[in-house]
Amino acid sequence: MNGPTMFHPFARVLHWLMAIMILAMLFIGAGMVSTLSEKHTWLVNIHKPLGMAVFVLALIRLGFRLTHRAPPLPSDLPAWQKLAAHASHWMLYALMLAMPLIGWGMLSAGGYPVVLGGGVRLPSILPADPALFAWLRESHRYLAWLFFLTFLAHMGAALMHGLIRQDGVLRSMTGGRRR
Amino acid sequence: MRDTPSKRPPHPIGRWALILAAVAGSAAAFGYVGGWLAPGRLSPAKMIDTLQANSGGAHPGYRRNHAKGICVAGYFESDGALAPYSSSPMFGPGRTPFVGRFAIPGGNPYAPDSSVPIRSFALRFDLADGEQWRTGMNAMPVFPVSTPEAFYEQQVASRPDPTTGKPDPERMKAFFASHPETTAFLAWVKTAKPSPSFATETYNSINAFYLRDAAGDRRAVRWKVVPDAASPGAAPPTGEKNYLDADLDSRLATGPLRWHMIMTFAADGDPVDDAASVWPDGRKEVDAGTVVVASVTPQDSGACRDVNYDPTVLPRGIEVSNDPLLAARSAAYADSYLRRTSEEGHLPGTASKKEASR
Repeated sequence: MNGPTMFHPFARVLHWLMAIMILAMLFIGAGMVSTLSEKHTWLVNIHKPLGMAVFVLALIRLGFRLTHRAPPLPSDLPAWQKLAAHASHWMLYALMLAMPLIGWGMLSAGGYPVVLGGGVRLPSILPADPALFAWLRESHRYLAWLFFLTFLAHMGAALMHGLIRQDGVLRSMTGGRRR
Repeated sequence: MRDTPSKRPPHPIGRWALILAAVAGSAAAFGYVGGWLAPGRLSPAKMIDTLQANSGGAHPGYRRNHAKGICVAGYFESDGALAPYSSSPMFGPGRTPFVGRFAIPGGNPYAPDSSVPIRSFALRFDLADGEQWRTGMNAMPVFPVSTPEAFYEQQVASRPDPTTGKPDPERMKAFFASHPETTAFLAWVKTAKPSPSFATETYNSINAFYLRDAAGDRRAVRWKVVPDAASPGAAPPTGEKNYLDADLDSRLATGPLRWHMIMTFAADGDPVDDAASVWPDGRKEVDAGTVVVASVTPQDSGACRDVNYDPTVLPRGIEVSNDPLLAARSAAYADSYLRRTSEEGHLPGTASKKEASR
């Protein structure tokens, strides 16, 4: 098969940029709900605009992914690992789109103004409803857990490809020369 | 083109260990930041658990503090006197509607009105441009403590003794003795009495905030709403547990109730980030406008029921100070809000039934 062996440079830049942003979001979210300190307000004020930035970048990235082929997985990779790789990637796409939307919907249902800072305010996307707020708020929490666990699996698998199998999968995203 | 399997080195144990360390290290860092590996941290959940414990357990569907209250609605009317100091359109001439709530402190929605000498007044102003200003004010001039940690200690110290149902006076004494910042509050509380009316109280922001003007300059302020109704009215009948709502009803039957919103500006050197300190008299004051309460509804069905009066929800032109209690109020209110809305939404793991109304 004569597919690309590397991800497109634009895809690589988006991947690493969003990796930092999403990881930061998960840690900010976990931190802001577990502290009463001054950090709480500061973290909440970063969480909202950063989440919307992730949403916009995820849309761009999904569009790019659907129009540009990714390098194929090694042909000797066991079927279950291929399946796990594809499933986890689509899971990550789904979560990076769903989490900001749920957060936005949750603030709307809670009757909060959705303020991103700098005078930017988003419209409400759901009616004020306490039960809906609670369901969305808890979904946000548990999907964040799922997001973090999927990230751990993704990172572990990438390192396995890079350090153990050394099959070029990790390098297709990090760039660098083939040995 | 791929590396062929034959070129792979043997699987050194060190590389597997590196992968394991990366995954386990990330998980541990997340666990620490999220508080699961930091059980000593004062979390919002811990604070609310303590408030609940002091109120005889959770009262499903109700706020975890200031549980007993009543919804009101009305508007804020400004003549523009504060406009030079804040860029918020709300302080220009005109009216801004609000959803408000009068309440008494404590987590028990069935507490007698006379159980505490403090009343509270919360407001959510809905600005024409979609912004909001939420404020929770209290009818005391000063907060007992400066930090959330001290407030937590105070809650632990005031936990009712299971045998008497009242806080242990010795523990309370020990708490206040070890917290000299409570002096101003203790001096006030000595003379404070439970008011027979919500309408005759002055309510204070307690925490300081900043106003930011159109030029970008900011000034530290506290605010209070001062009632037009000066007479406390007749004392409530002795033995009556619930008199505040009836008083409000009867006063509103004869017309709206009014408060003047007074902004007090800090002078140089006044402590901005300490809610336990009083600013000396003689500070510059500006009458920002009138808070007009026009109607009342029960809290179980009124519009205030689903409002979290988080004092850090602010419009342009008003900003938080670095008072540590503000961040703590925001975080703790969010936890309380999630608990009662979860009960409202019958989420798994929450009390399944909302309590019957009072």
